[in-house]
Amino acid sequence: MRTNWLGRFSGVHNRGINPKGFHVSQLKFYVILLPLAALMLLPIIFIFSHAFKPPDELFAYPPRFFVVNPTFKNFTDLFSKMSNSGVPVSRYLFNSILITVVTVAASIVVSSTAAYALSKKRFGLKKALFAINTIALMFVPIAVTIPRFLIINNLGLLDTFLVHILPGLAMPVGLFLIKQFIDGIPDEVIEAAQIDGASDIEIYWRIILPMIRPALATIAILTFQAAWNNADISSTYINTESLKTFAFYLGTLTATSTGANAVAGQGIAAAASLIMFLPNLVIFIFLQSQVMSTMSHSGLK
Amino acid sequence: MLNKLTIQKWLEKEGSAYSFLAMYALLFIVFIIVPVLVAFLLSFTFFDTIQFPSFIGLKNYIVLLTQDDIFMKYVLPNTIQFALIVGPGGYALSFLLAWMLAQLPKLPRTLFALILYSPSMTSGVAMTVVWKTFFSGDQNGYLNSFLLGLNAIPEPIQWLQSPQYLMTIMILVTLWSSMGIGFLAMLAGILEINPELYEAASLDGINNRLQEIFYITIPSMKPQMLFGAVMAIVSTFQAGAIGVILSGANPTPQYAGQLIVNHIEDYGFLRYEMGYAAAVSVVLLMMVLFFTRLANRLFASEE
Repeated sequence: MRTNWLGRFSGVHNRGINPKGFHVSQLKFYVILLPLAALMLLPIIFIFSHAFKPPDELFAYPPRFFVVNPTFKNFTDLFSKMSNSGVPVSRYLFNSILITVVTVAASIVVSSTAAYALSKKRFGLKKALFAINTIALMFVPIAVTIPRFLIINNLGLLDTFLVHILPGLAMPVGLFLIKQFIDGIPDEVIEAAQIDGASDIEIYWRIILPMIRPALATIAILTFQAAWNNADISSTYINTESLKTFAFYLGTLTATSTGANAVAGQGIAAAASLIMFLPNLVIFIFLQSQVMSTMSHSGLK
Repeated sequence: MLNKLTIQKWLEKEGSAYSFLAMYALLFIVFIIVPVLVAFLLSFTFFDTIQFPSFIGLKNYIVLLTQDDIFMKYVLPNTIQFALIVGPGGYALSFLLAWMLAQLPKLPRTLFALILYSPSMTSGVAMTVVWKTFFSGDQNGYLNSFLLGLNAIPEPIQWLQSPQYLMTIMILVTLWSSMGIGFLAMLAGILEINPELYEAASLDGINNRLQEIFYITIPSMKPQMLFGAVMAIVSTFQAGAIGVILSGANPTPQYAGQLIVNHIEDYGFLRYEMGYAAAVSVVLLMMVLFFTRLANRLFASEE
């Protein structure tokens, strides 16, 4: 005879895809996933643990994974420090924050306006333009660093604030995801608004934007990660030290060319790594359900 | 007069669509289309950034295929090895993990998804500290200390500086961070599949999970599979900088971790042979194109 609790965990609805609760058949997945997730989490936990270690623990032998006497010393050291070229660390951080905020906002506007046109407007080149964008999904920016450098140089954008922002705004994945999401909005909604006399801009602003918040959140995350983590633009297109980003500064802390620094700078580099990583994590945690609902529209036909 | 009228009519009908597109289109042209075209054109020239590029026909490609020993001996085999393991490996791993996660209730699923996705949020620079400490060459390195403690190795190993280990570490680190946006897309795709399909399938005699994956799950989410594949290919080739980040040098020790992306940088920004670097860029773009077409063949939806 089956006991009651077993009955609860063996119901048909808890088997297969998207179950409502626990079922014994899920155990095998936990057995695989738990150790794997733990292993994958180690480097992430290490970022947190390492950043709070006092000097004697950073260089302890044998090395310790977890911090014993956590301290904020690495962070205070980091912010009292000047880079080799005399720029305070807070300046890099300020640049990164400003660049990221502007890039995310601009990217949302640029991608969503274009996506609205590609999804809901009727015009001659519609299909062709969407096809071009779909091909561009496989674009590998790193392959065209050199031509980009020549173009940016010719446009007079070299060593300006704008060069941090503009290249990242052409984001085929962003346009693609928002367009697929807008496709899910029935045409009748827009027709009804047109009958009420709404202009295109009003339709975009009052109807489309509020309905595609999950897609916008997703684009915000993707742009955030790209902009916040970007060190390449600073090293390739920027000469002025005070225009460079925090990610770039972190790169100089760990470069082997400054060998002596690599030992003395361990603590502040660890603190800086945590500052780099944490915002990504926090934002994703807040927006993850929106991302998942966008991704179900992500299919490529 | 008539012409003006048609233009006016066209503007009324389609003008607003194009104005909505304008900003994106402009940026797309300037930062994607033109660079690709310029790369293509420059690849047929000799260009040292000082003099105007001079046309030399296919010479760059011929040199690349016949005289560039480093490319043929190290860069190409490394790139193929790296791409074949990290691309399909990361992709299969993403799918299998997504498939397992889809069969868990919402809360554990979300937690696992967050853990598996979080490595892809880290950037090369932010992780340098971690990898350099883990794989540090002295006895203080975590891996060395661990293995020394087990008596598995007699003396510390220079993990990131030895040609024989660098590639393996690059592959492991990249696989670790490969559960990105494609993984999320596939997870969402699996969750969207109509459960009645599985019931119908079991009535039709499909009775093991492997059959279910190949006959129901994958065919029902081909669009997400394709999206995931394209993302996997792009991120694999985009991940090329990892060897230079880990070893701290371009070229990497004895070219052990040299990938095509590093070769481009080496010629473009260290030797200023821009025409030659452009030819290598075109080869890279062609490789991406080739693999994407392959993925298209596998997962294109029949309509």
